[in-house]
Amino acid sequence: MIEVPEIQPDDGDGDGVQIDLISGERMANLRTMEKIRLILDGVHDGNIVILEEGLDPDEESRLIEVTMSEINPEEFTGIEIETYPRPSSDDGGLFNRLMGRESDPDNKLTVIGPANRIETLHKDENLISALVTRQ
Amino acid sequence: MGLLTDLRSSISRVTAKLFATPGQEPKRIGIYGPPNAGKTTLANRIARDWTGDAVGPESRVPHETRRARRKEDVEIKRNGNSVTIDIVDTPGVTTKVDYKEFLEHDIEEEDAVRRSREATEGVAEAMHWLREDVDGVIYVLDAAEDPFTQVNTMLIGIIESKDLPVLIFANKIDLEEASAQQIANAFPQHETVPLSALEGDNMDEVYDKIAEYFG
Repeated sequence: MIEVPEIQPDDGDGDGVQIDLISGERMANLRTMEKIRLILDGVHDGNIVILEEGLDPDEESRLIEVTMSEINPEEFTGIEIETYPRPSSDDGGLFNRLMGRESDPDNKLTVIGPANRIETLHKDENLISALVTRQ
Repeated sequence: MGLLTDLRSSISRVTAKLFATPGQEPKRIGIYGPPNAGKTTLANRIARDWTGDAVGPESRVPHETRRARRKEDVEIKRNGNSVTIDIVDTPGVTTKVDYKEFLEHDIEEEDAVRRSREATEGVAEAMHWLREDVDGVIYVLDAAEDPFTQVNTMLIGIIESKDLPVLIFANKIDLEEASAQQIANAFPQHETVPLSALEGDNMDEVYDKIAEYFG
């Protein structure tokens, strides 16, 4: 059993944008609702959450459902989400090199952030371009 | 002679319903898609064509449909056969709802907040229906809009993971900027049918495909 440290949120008074880069290994040991809580707790804190290996379709369905239940007109308007499937001829890629290992080509890099802070400007097969604004 | 034939046909239908096995029950076909794709307009078109009734009110304001609505026992006749389905018109699926968007449609703030709250409940309900309660999906897209969105990709992925039969309808082909081909290119693994639910364009093919996929 690998011990993983808890994600420490920033103190909330900075000007920066916190990015949580979560490995597939960390997500693999979590149940569906634990994954969704990990994502949404980060997003509620105003962070951009990047998942190395994304969610499966059922988890995505539940993420939408739980997100909807937490939308509050004054505080939380939902999430922006983009996925970036890896090609079947995965040669490692930038993220894998960052994480230092190879990964399952079926999984997909996923970027999730608060809808009021992240806006996708452009997405194609090679690039996701997003504008992130401060709180 | 005609009267006798009609009577025999009616008795046959009633008998079929009385002795229907669970496998012969009408399939629940969910109409899914992003907000403002024309899902309710399509549901109403199908329901009016085959039952004479509508399913729900249509509007240009997003999230007009905030509860899943079901129209039962819609019998569609094609080529001497018939298929009976229950249509489930669902709220448009999204990952975000901001009440301020309603203000742009001259809706008062209090009403906008109420609508946004109902819309979020509706999307959650739609997702629940998709996981548990539909036997097939009609995925409706506005042919004048970019189909390469994350919500569309996720929803099609969720539908495929459930092994549900799915038809993609490229709606609003009456609009000058519409491109059904762009939708077909976005989801080449599925059949795309162009139509205008508002104008009633290409509805014969729509019903042929519904009978073929969900019969």
